[in-house]
Amino acid sequence: MDYPITLTVNSTAYSRSVEPRLLLSDFLRHDLELTGTHVGCEHGVCGACTVLLDGAPVRSCLVFAIQANGRQVMTVEGLASGPKPEQMHPLQTGFWEAHGLQCGYCTPGILMSIVPFLEENPDPSEAEIREALSGNLCRCTGYQKIVEAVQVGARLMREESK
Amino acid sequence: MKPAAFDYFAPKSIDEALALLAEHGYDAKPLAGGQSLVPTMNFRLAQPAVLVDLNGIDELFFIREKGDGLRIGAMTRQRTVERSPLVQHRAPLIHETMPHIAHPQIRNRGTFGGSLAHADPASELPVLAVTLSARMRVLSSRGERWVNAKDFYIDLFATDLQPDELLVEIDIPAPPARTGWAFDEVSRRRGDYAMAGAAATVTLDDDGAIAAARLVYLSVGDFPTEAFQAEAALIGEQPTPAALRAAAEIAAAQDITPGSDIHASAAYRRHLARVLAERVLARAVERAKER
Repeated sequence: MDYPITLTVNSTAYSRSVEPRLLLSDFLRHDLELTGTHVGCEHGVCGACTVLLDGAPVRSCLVFAIQANGRQVMTVEGLASGPKPEQMHPLQTGFWEAHGLQCGYCTPGILMSIVPFLEENPDPSEAEIREALSGNLCRCTGYQKIVEAVQVGARLMREESK
Repeated sequence: MKPAAFDYFAPKSIDEALALLAEHGYDAKPLAGGQSLVPTMNFRLAQPAVLVDLNGIDELFFIREKGDGLRIGAMTRQRTVERSPLVQHRAPLIHETMPHIAHPQIRNRGTFGGSLAHADPASELPVLAVTLSARMRVLSSRGERWVNAKDFYIDLFATDLQPDELLVEIDIPAPPARTGWAFDEVSRRRGDYAMAGAAATVTLDDDGAIAAARLVYLSVGDFPTEAFQAEAALIGEQPTPAALRAAAEIAAAQDITPGSDIHASAAYRRHLARVLAERVLARAVERAKER
């Protein structure tokens, strides 16, 4: 039994028909072909699927698409203003400059967790950054370069807001 | 790892939700934050035939003053509770504990009442409810009842709730004067389920002796475990380090029967129970002296 839903994803409105059991992560990836959101564990532990739901970072593997009816979603695809390097979100630029990713699987989830964190905490300490990262697992980097990338991104965001 | 199919309802009022639960009984599960239920559905450990989504019921989201205490709506997001100045001032034990619950991404969806009703033995909020003598307001199409937190938790993942009932509101009474509080837990990584955790409140009398004490553990049993003998040993005592240490030893040795699992052995949980009890009792005493 399919239910009609309408939601906004990265400022574009979409109307689709979904089974209630369809996870938001799968809806984004399969129905909307926005494959930047990754699926790592499907039980809310790894953070690879993190998206913004009405501005707040959530596990999209733990939300049913039908629950996003009438809501606003932002995915990693919504961060950059265009495809050119200079159009990246400053946090993305930070990850590029500080080599904050290797395989990149965890990266979209980290970006979507950290963007709202930095908007609220524009000048965090390293301890605060590590705390903010604790809900996202990375198997490649050992987190060191991720922390640096966040620091670079935070500085770029502060400069941009001046 | 995808959920089994289910029928889905999104009621807009408590009455609508209660009617759905009355109609579907054991076949239905209420969906609150989904941070515990949806993982079990994704693994097909849970396969409810019907989901009653509570997220559209605005009247379940609130934090209100009630006398000197608080009333918290069951669907209030944990993140809202975490950031509430009202909670910070009237239930500082809750305020201190919230950042220990999982991660911000979980707390953005997870709800105060959902965690209480789910009754995970490793979760923090049921322990706080017992420590603070919270009362649960439970509704069904058959009527309303209030349940004391200590009577609410009856078995592993089991509360007093019947299949047609909904936890709608939680009453948090104001603590007595000269009462301090503390919470702490030990987990392998930040945000993991704790291997053991403890909440304490201590009330001092005019001579500085302990008039009342509560010490409640998570993860050392199937549900919140109150350290009754340790509490009894504290009453009337001056809150010296020796007295607190003695109570902690009683708690760990006599008040709990922790289990072993892949996360921690029973012996280690006992050790943590003793260390945490001493820590939270000491901090609660310090804070009681400041009040």
